[in-house]
Amino acid sequence: MSELTILQDSADRRKAIVALFARNGILIAFAVFMIGFTLANERFLSLDNVLGVVRSSAILGCIALGVTFVVISGNLDLSVGSMMSFSTIVVLDLHDKIGPALAIPVMFAMTMALGALIGFLVGYLKLNSLIVTLGMLSAIHGLTLTYSGGKNMDIADKEGTWFSVFGQGTVFGLPVPVIIFVTLALILGVFLARTAFGRKVYAVGGNGVAATFSGIPRARVVFLTYVISSFCVAMAGLLQASRSLGSQNTVGQGLELDVLAAVILGGASLLGGSGTVFKTVIGVLILGFITNGLLLVGLQFYVQYVVTWVIIILAVWLDVAAKRGRLWSPIA
Amino acid sequence: MKNENIKLFMAKGAIWGFIILELIFFSVAGEFFSLSDKAFMDWDNMLLLFKQSAPIGIIALGMTIIMINGNIDLSVGATFALCAVVMLDSMTWPIFAGLGNWVIPIAWALALITGMVLGLINGLIVWKTGVDAFIVTLGSMLGFRGLVFMYNGENPTSHLNWTLVDMAEADILGVETPTIIFVVCTLLIWLLMTRTVHGRNAYAVGDNREAAVNAGIRVGPHMVWNFVLIGFLAALSSVVFYSSSGSVNPNDGTLYELWVITAVVLGGTKLVGGSGSVISTFGGVIAIQLLRKGLGHIGADTAMVNLVIGLILIAVLFLDQQLNRKGKEELKV
Repeated sequence: MSELTILQDSADRRKAIVALFARNGILIAFAVFMIGFTLANERFLSLDNVLGVVRSSAILGCIALGVTFVVISGNLDLSVGSMMSFSTIVVLDLHDKIGPALAIPVMFAMTMALGALIGFLVGYLKLNSLIVTLGMLSAIHGLTLTYSGGKNMDIADKEGTWFSVFGQGTVFGLPVPVIIFVTLALILGVFLARTAFGRKVYAVGGNGVAATFSGIPRARVVFLTYVISSFCVAMAGLLQASRSLGSQNTVGQGLELDVLAAVILGGASLLGGSGTVFKTVIGVLILGFITNGLLLVGLQFYVQYVVTWVIIILAVWLDVAAKRGRLWSPIA
Repeated sequence: MKNENIKLFMAKGAIWGFIILELIFFSVAGEFFSLSDKAFMDWDNMLLLFKQSAPIGIIALGMTIIMINGNIDLSVGATFALCAVVMLDSMTWPIFAGLGNWVIPIAWALALITGMVLGLINGLIVWKTGVDAFIVTLGSMLGFRGLVFMYNGENPTSHLNWTLVDMAEADILGVETPTIIFVVCTLLIWLLMTRTVHGRNAYAVGDNREAAVNAGIRVGPHMVWNFVLIGFLAALSSVVFYSSSGSVNPNDGTLYELWVITAVVLGGTKLVGGSGSVISTFGGVIAIQLLRKGLGHIGADTAMVNLVIGLILIAVLFLDQQLNRKGKEELKV
């Protein structure tokens, strides 16, 4: 056994360990986090607390599920926050005008029409998604303000409506938002991982030109990712509206970047072609548990921003470093 | 040849054409719809317009360079707020108590240094880790905002110093300090981008990073300098704005990054890097502010302003794509 092979062996082993960390880095970080906070406060891992965290993450989570599709196909969606404000305001307004049973489908249709418009612009007209959705962020905000006349929207009869069940109800002790979020995650997860459409989304994001040459209708796939995203936004809007039964025009403002943070934390590359629904759920939960854990140990809510910053950079850095095989960037 | 000139004009002059169109439209429409009896193209009104566009405009200059580099900076809004907090709070520190009004330049310097340090942090992370600038600055947007909150909780940070207010609102022939700083910065950065090696390198790096590396440009430090510059400009913008207002809320500057990017894109700078001009960005900033003021002048509300700005942004993108595509097809023939 020469010295060289031993060196080789240890180098291989080190590489394998690095690869293991890189592939499951986000899960390992999650586990470390959970253990740390549980040791700091025994209430952290109690069922009540965990359900509470998932419940409060459900709105952000629903949107993040849809944005995962968009990001995997190699695009961005910055309009989701302003779109959620729109759907929340619309459903609250229609609730009193045409009743909740009609208001919900109408709101879904209107929100998904906006998603289809974005999908058309990005998919069929091939416009840059960052700028299109930036423009739509502003335009939809304008639309919401026009619709509501700038006023806050409230449901007249807050006690007597069954509409509150989506945001506040429980079934067998499980909060309804949690059930909705988990169900949506399961359906979309299977949809992305197990269907032909899901594979096409990865193909379009991984290499758009190659996808086109293999006969994948790139424009239609991109179009559909935005429709899915807007469906998820409508669901989040429903949860938000039902939870508070009243809303400001700016309820979703700034949410788009939090959602992206969750998706990126889950390991999806902004260049497209990678990411899964499961990992996005982990990303969402990490953000939720960070907030909760820091609050439980007695820190202010804004400490989470700084912690999230560090975690995002570290997570993506590890990912990038594992792909190129060295820690530091080779750029001179 | 003539065709070439038209194309060049379309590329460089479109934003100015748009501004003239806005001026004509709002002047004419103002005659019919305006609630005030003052003309839209009033001298005072135009001066006010420049002053109001200064905070976004100064940051947009830095964003132009960053985007010519092929990067993006989403943390400018948080940098803006943090620098304001540093400036206003440092004036009340006991160590500076005996200085009287000499505390003002010190507070300004501290705020500007803070901005540069924040930019340096972003730049170093982008350079050393090789993580995309979008993600790095998305993270620091959250992180810097967290620092703002940690500084003073959810309370506003206020300190009113009348000498400072007078300085911020001083004017030369009616042109106030923010406008002067905005115009001077535009000229300086225009010189930087068109007359210096650093400017040429910025285009080279954005156009083709591999080629730039092969040409011997040290891409990493180059990008770091640009991030330091945008941090400095965000701080400068903050200093100019909060010197007169004297109070900052921890949520101030939220969504500034998006307004800044909108202005830069409207000015014709490409997201992929390699092309763009500081003067066009100046035009983009003015065009947006003109649109806001003009729509207000003819009685439209904020809702309409948001709607119109969003749609114009998408329309500009579409037109740009169509024009460029035509150019490429002609090249093939």
